[in-house]
Amino acid sequence: MDGKIILRTEALTKHYGGVRALEEANFELREGEHVAVVGDNGAGKSTFVRQITGVEQPTSGTIFFDGQEVHFKSPIEARDAGIETVFQNLALADDLDVPANLFLGREEIYFNLGPFSFLNERKMMERTEEALRATGVKIPDLRNKIRNMSGGQRQCVAISRSASFASKLIIMDEPTAALGVQETAQVENIIRGLKRRGVPLILVSHNLRQVFDLVDRIWIFRRGRIVGAVDRNKTDGNEIVSLITGVKTGVGEEAAFI
Amino acid sequence: MATTTTTTAVGEPKRRVLPPEFNVFIGLLVIAGIFELLGWFVRGDSFLFNLQRVSIIILQVSVIGIIAVGMTQVIITGGIDLSSGSVLAMTAFIAMSFAQVSSNARAVYPSLTDLPVIVPVAIGLGVGLLAGLINGVLIAYTKIPPFIATLGMMVTARGVANWYTRGQPVSFPTESYASIGQGMMPVIIFAIVAVLFHILLKYTLYGRRTYAVGSNEQAARVSGINVERHLMLVYAIAGGLSALAGIVLSARGQTAQGGMGLMYELQAIAMTVIGGTSLTGGRGSIIGTTLGMIIFGVITSGFTFIRVSAYYQEIIMGIIIVGAVVLDVYRQRLRGRI
Repeated sequence: MDGKIILRTEALTKHYGGVRALEEANFELREGEHVAVVGDNGAGKSTFVRQITGVEQPTSGTIFFDGQEVHFKSPIEARDAGIETVFQNLALADDLDVPANLFLGREEIYFNLGPFSFLNERKMMERTEEALRATGVKIPDLRNKIRNMSGGQRQCVAISRSASFASKLIIMDEPTAALGVQETAQVENIIRGLKRRGVPLILVSHNLRQVFDLVDRIWIFRRGRIVGAVDRNKTDGNEIVSLITGVKTGVGEEAAFI
Repeated sequence: MATTTTTTAVGEPKRRVLPPEFNVFIGLLVIAGIFELLGWFVRGDSFLFNLQRVSIIILQVSVIGIIAVGMTQVIITGGIDLSSGSVLAMTAFIAMSFAQVSSNARAVYPSLTDLPVIVPVAIGLGVGLLAGLINGVLIAYTKIPPFIATLGMMVTARGVANWYTRGQPVSFPTESYASIGQGMMPVIIFAIVAVLFHILLKYTLYGRRTYAVGSNEQAARVSGINVERHLMLVYAIAGGLSALAGIVLSARGQTAQGGMGLMYELQAIAMTVIGGTSLTGGRGSIIGTTLGMIIFGVITSGFTFIRVSAYYQEIIMGIIIVGAVVLDVYRQRLRGRI
């Protein structure tokens, strides 16, 4: 892979009291690249995601995003910088419809009257239709409340929401964990669409079949450390599993810079 | 280039659902119909086809209706405001004390009489907004449950109302102040408030944030909505509307006295919940609350019409309030089953 590095962490470390959840993680992601973050439960995957999305602040280490050192104090700051995250627990308001959810917190308004500004519903509806077309999601009635939708439709809305705002990076934490076969396929199609559009992605997943189908490069976490980063084409499921479980060690940092 | 035709829609077929207010409207028709029938049985007279009676029904509930509008937006955020009746009393006393005529020998502020009507109205609204803002700050920043925060304000504001004139009623307002409550003015003021808040909740950022906070506070937060600031605004506005109700009520009675607005908050909650607003937050509308208010008025006037004694009426009122909440819980369960 070449192209400029969009996200890089240096010795990123997070301790919760005495628990070393993440130790000296050196990670990098290039423009247009799709990578997976895999590892056993408690390997530090979600901790890693929480540091780079501003949900938590790292104990030590640095994060470089889009060429600059960043210190996100909140997910909103990360989002403003161009990092969109699809969280494991769906961050949707159940009683609102699709456009309202897509534009939650960044509504289109006619003219600024502070909190009493009038919503430009038509513009939001048009841009929602556009965004769903771009991600290939079909939802029969966009005015329907999220509450009345299936798990797959909800996840598609959540992902479209992240994908439709011209972001520099999308992070998905287990996007298909709670979905059925058909719904999973739908989400995977959206991810392929992002690849075609050149939007970089970090996919946290337990599903190795999915990882091999979708990403260019796989980062393996074990017990709070990055133990390997391998190109999808140069590895197989057995190697990944042995890195995850720790049967095979020592590839570590060398593998990361092949 | 791969196609995305495989992404067929997953889910149920498209189906037009009636707005939830429709059920409330049917409920209103049924209840009015029952009283019409009972009226013919008991009194041999029509309950509904009497313009004077109908306008009195609406007039009687419109002051509490103003509170119910504020209550609706509070309940949509997933909160509750128990202080409305006390804030009404407190602002009625304070506003009236700046609205007295100079011919009154026992004016609260003898040097501040015959003031233009804008003075007592502005002071009253200011006091109500402040009380609501205190509720909002407590709820947003100390994270105490709205039930407790507003219960504290309920007791405190009632105390302020009684302390303000040491329990003495405040009477004899200027003509212009009294005119705020005369004739059908309370209904007109309610209508303006209801239309305004219908627009606010349905077409502005304010409404969008209100529903979002009540629907999923976490989602609202990660989406960049300043939840704390919004809650402060919502409770402050609710306090302002309680104050408006206090001004209208004191202008109508031309007096402010102890015991004003007692249990108005509970009646406003009942109107709101009867109108389809969910106590768990996220759902509700001003149209629903307006219908709930009319249902409430029809029931109370209906019982009087068929000569149910006032004692029974209080008991029945309690049953209606609990019944409305049971109905809400039942609706939630139905929704969960689908």
